[in-house]
Formats: sequence, C-alpha cells, structure tokens
Amino acid sequence: MAEASYPDDLLYHSEHDWARVDGDTATFGITWYAQDALGEVVFFEAPKLGAQIVKDESYTEVESVKAVSDVIAPLSGEIIEVNTALGDQPETINEDPYGEGWLIKVKLADPSEAESLMDAAAYQATLA
Amino acid sequence: MMRASDDRLTIYERSRPGRRAFVAPLLDVPERALDELLPPELRRSEAPRLPEVAEPEIVRHYNRLSRRNFDLDTGFYPLGSCTMKYNPKLHERVAGLPGHARLHPLQDPSRAQGALELMWKLQQSLGEIAGLPHVSLQPSAGSHGELAGVLLTRAYHEDHGDRRTKVLTPDNAHGTNPATVTMAGYEVVKVGTDERGNVDLDDLRAKATEDVACLMLTNPSTVGLFEQGIEEIERIVHGVGATLYYDGANLNAIMGICRPGDMGFDIVHFNLHKSFTQPHGGGGPGAGPIAVAERIEPYLPRPQVIVREGTNGSGPRYDLDYDRPKSIGRLRGFQGNYGVFVRSYAYIRSLGAAGLREVSEVAVLNANYLLARLQREGVAEYLPAAYDRICKHEFVLSGTPMKRALGIKTLDLAKRLLDFGVHPPTVYFPLIVDEALLIEPTETETKETLDRFADIVAEILREAAEDPELARNAPYATPVRRLDEAQAARHPVVRQAM
Repeated sequence: MAEASYPDDLLYHSEHDWARVDGDTATFGITWYAQDALGEVVFFEAPKLGAQIVKDESYTEVESVKAVSDVIAPLSGEIIEVNTALGDQPETINEDPYGEGWLIKVKLADPSEAESLMDAAAYQATLA
Repeated sequence: MMRASDDRLTIYERSRPGRRAFVAPLLDVPERALDELLPPELRRSEAPRLPEVAEPEIVRHYNRLSRRNFDLDTGFYPLGSCTMKYNPKLHERVAGLPGHARLHPLQDPSRAQGALELMWKLQQSLGEIAGLPHVSLQPSAGSHGELAGVLLTRAYHEDHGDRRTKVLTPDNAHGTNPATVTMAGYEVVKVGTDERGNVDLDDLRAKATEDVACLMLTNPSTVGLFEQGIEEIERIVHGVGATLYYDGANLNAIMGICRPGDMGFDIVHFNLHKSFTQPHGGGGPGAGPIAVAERIEPYLPRPQVIVREGTNGSGPRYDLDYDRPKSIGRLRGFQGNYGVFVRSYAYIRSLGAAGLREVSEVAVLNANYLLARLQREGVAEYLPAAYDRICKHEFVLSGTPMKRALGIKTLDLAKRLLDFGVHPPTVYFPLIVDEALLIEPTETETKETLDRFADIVAEILREAAEDPELARNAPYATPVRRLDEAQAARHPVVRQAM
C-alpha cells in the first residue's frame, strides 16, 4: 500500500498498532505508519495460541531489513487466532496492513480498555 | 569476450578434474604406511572436495573478486560507529617479520619471549589508555570482549554471594549489547535517551535497582555525543552495587584526552580493528581485549601473560600464568590472534601518547567540520542534525525531511553515494533517530575528501529534486545493481553445490 491511510473503523494505540473490536473479541495489526517506518518486513514471529497478552506490553516481534521491533498489544486478552499465512509471506504486512496483513485475534479480557485508544483522527494528529 | 555468467562462477564451478596449482616434489625420505602415522579412525574416508584449478585461474579468480570490493584503499568510507580509518602498510611489514609470522602457537613460553613481551607491553599500553590496570588480550572480537565483560560481572557478583538478574543498556546501544546480555543469561532493561542525546538520568534512577548487575555504556554514545551526565551515572550505578561497563566502540574520540577508568568504569573492551588500525575483515581474525579495575582482576580469563623480575642479573622473564582459581576460564584456544596484537602495538608505538591524543583531536575536528559543511543551505533543510550539539568523532543526521520533501529515503541516498565512489555511512542506526544516517569520517581523511563528500550529498539532493527515480533505482556504477534485501532475507539461498 503506497499511500498512507488510517481507516475510521479502527482504534489506534500510540505504539502504532490498530485494533478492530467486535464485541468481546478484536483483531490486531500494525498501522500504515509502522510498516512504512519498518520498511520491508522479512519475518513475523507467530505468538502462541492461548497466550495471555497485556495491554501496552510486547506480545511478539517483527523483523524488517532495518531492525527487529517489538509489537505492542493495544488491549489485553487471550490469543485465539494467529495469521499463520504471514509465515511464508510477511510482505503482506506491508502490502495490506489493515486487511490480509492482520497479526492476531484476541478474546478481550476487558473490552472497556478500548476507551483509552485513539480514533483515526487523533492518531493521525500524533504523527504530524 | 567473457560472458557475464563466466564472470560470476565460483571457484568450485571453475574446477576441472586433475588440474593442479601445486605439484608436490618427489619424496626424499623413506615412505611409511599411513596407518603408522595416523590411526584409521582419525582419517577421513574420502578425499576432501577441493576445487581443482590451475594457478593462473586461481589468481585471476580472486583478483577479480577483490576488484569488486569497496575498501579503505579504494575510497572514503564514513561508516558510522565502525571507525574505518586508514590502516598503515608499515604494520603489515612488521606483522610479516618471520619472528612474528612464523611463530608456532605451541611454542614453549621460554622460546617465545619476544612475542610474550610484545603482548605484555600491549597490555600495559591499553591499560594506560583505558585508565584501568589489568588487561586480557584473549577476547577475539568486540562482541567477545563484551561477553567477557558480562561474564566477569557475573563472576564478581557471585563471588560476593550476590545473584543479580538484570543488565541495563541505553535504547541507542549497539545491538551487540543486548545480545551479549541475553547470551550471558541476564534480562535486558533499556534506559531512555533525553532530548539532548544523553542517558535519561531519571529513567536510569528508576531502573537502577538492587537486582541490576551492570550498566553497559559507550561514551561518546552511539549518537556521537559525550555523555554529559557520566559522573552522576557512575554514582547511580555504583550506588546500587552494579558494575559499569564501557563499550570501546567509540574510543577513537577520547584517546589521550580522558580515560574510561577515570570516569568510574570497571570494565572496558577495545576494538583493535577500530581505533588501533587492525584491518576490518570478514569476521576475523580480530581482537577485543578487555581492561578491568583491581576488584575485577581475580576473574580475568586464564592464562594471563605475566612478567617476573630476572634473577642473577638476567632480564625480565615473561610467562603464562594458569594459576588463577577465580578465573572465568579460557575464552579461546591459544593466546589470541597474535598478528593483530603486532599491528596495534606498532600503531601505538609509532604514534606515542601525544600522537594518540592528536588522532582523537583530529577525528573530532573532522567530524565537526563535516557536520558544519552538511548543515549549509541545500542540505540542512533535508538532512538536519538529530542533535544540535558539538559532536565527537561522528554525528547523526535524520533523513525524514528529505523523505517527505523529495520522496527519497535514507536508503536511496546511501545507494546513490556508491555511484560517486563513496561508501555510504551507517543507515537506520541508531534506531532512536528516524531515517538515520550515522557519519564517521575518522582522522585519516583530508579536508578535500570531506568537502567532496559534502558536495556529493548536495548534488544527490539536487538531482532528487528534479528526478527522484534516479536515487530510487541506484546504484548504476557498481558490479551489481540494487539488491533485493527483503527477498534475500525472506528466501535466502544458503547452499552452493560443489
């Protein structure tokens, strides 16, 4: 995806992660800004199914040609699905960060945590 | 004319059965059965698969490869954090003297007094430069020196009945620091950097707890700035009983001016391939000696080179001391890469104390001159300095405005520099600066070379304003065009058929 975009239906974390909340589950990924700053992603460390993750803490790593970076959980919960297709094609994170490039799905521990996340406009303001 | 594919053959692909570069002379001693010389279980069952190539083909093959390299003897190489200074050719002559080059590693110390004396004197010199009295030459790379340092820290704490679990590293540290910490079994805790480029002292105070074993630091830091709070850092770290470790990567900025030992560091490693003119090689042979304070000395690697006063009017005798019960043990076979010691000792003795100080002064002057040249109109608006301070031996620029205004990234600028016969600076490091360029000119470059580099950067920015595609597709003048680094990392081809 060549041009920056920040869909309105997502919530954003200051560490450049997004969450698509659906009731008490959510899908996580990294933002356009994050994939652009990382450069071409060459490896996604798939976290374990069933692992408990904690808001604001790292739950896995992505590696690009520039560096290895932590991925921060925007919300707390239990990992119920991992995007295993990224194992063979990590470049999907660059090509489609909000679609096929999603990272994990989570059963939320406390859906009300989402209130602390930003909407698209507020997140974009932090990037200016 | 040679086809392009011929030019890219490996030495194995040039092999033809029966070709030889060397024919052994006829045996002039009685022949003995192999079994008498070496038991069958120690012998390989089939011949090694070595390439069979005639001497001219070997010479041409490697000569061709060498011409594709970019090295310090070819051109300017401002690779930040790597101190790519010129390596004087005199050192090769000294290291090649038969007494050095033909020494056998199993020579008895009594028959290798000259070599041991050189090692002892190199230890003394490095100890004086570091301001710490005890030196081991065993570690064979900077990262190996780091590992030795962290193992020494652990040995020190454990000897005092103290089990600690964490090691602090700045968030701009070389990747080897956290890697070393993990290898040594400690947990890495990152300390932040303040807006002036110094260690964030409040963050350090919060994280320096009683379970911290060590703080690993470089000074000047990885952003090329002198750590202004070093005295307070020393108080905080020693206040919780932790050791203070000095990563010698940036020693080229301070030699003969100030000493890590005087700043309160307990353990220092040296990169002989950076400040002390050992050629940078493809992973070796190298040396990463360490110097330590009195309280760390009992744990140094074994054996240590020592000197004993002569008896009955004879001179001092040098020896290897294995009687070190608290030692962390051996870190490598034999005594280290001796040829490296010869070169670095030749360098230190050629320059002397005043000369080493001048090295650092000129390294810092060159960096500040180049920084000032690059902060003129036409460059500064695209590549501003990350920190507005006098730098030490290197400095960091940010390519973010360039990326926004001209549509070329730091990587594109780096690749385009190759077309002008210049090695790019370090890019995308340190990680705390977006689109970073880390530039270290070193003391061995002339004003004309620095001016030319600044002019080339300005020229690349000018041409990018007209046609950014030029930089985006660079390089054009190199043996291979732009490599697909992402594809190479995703789908590496690591096997070569022989």
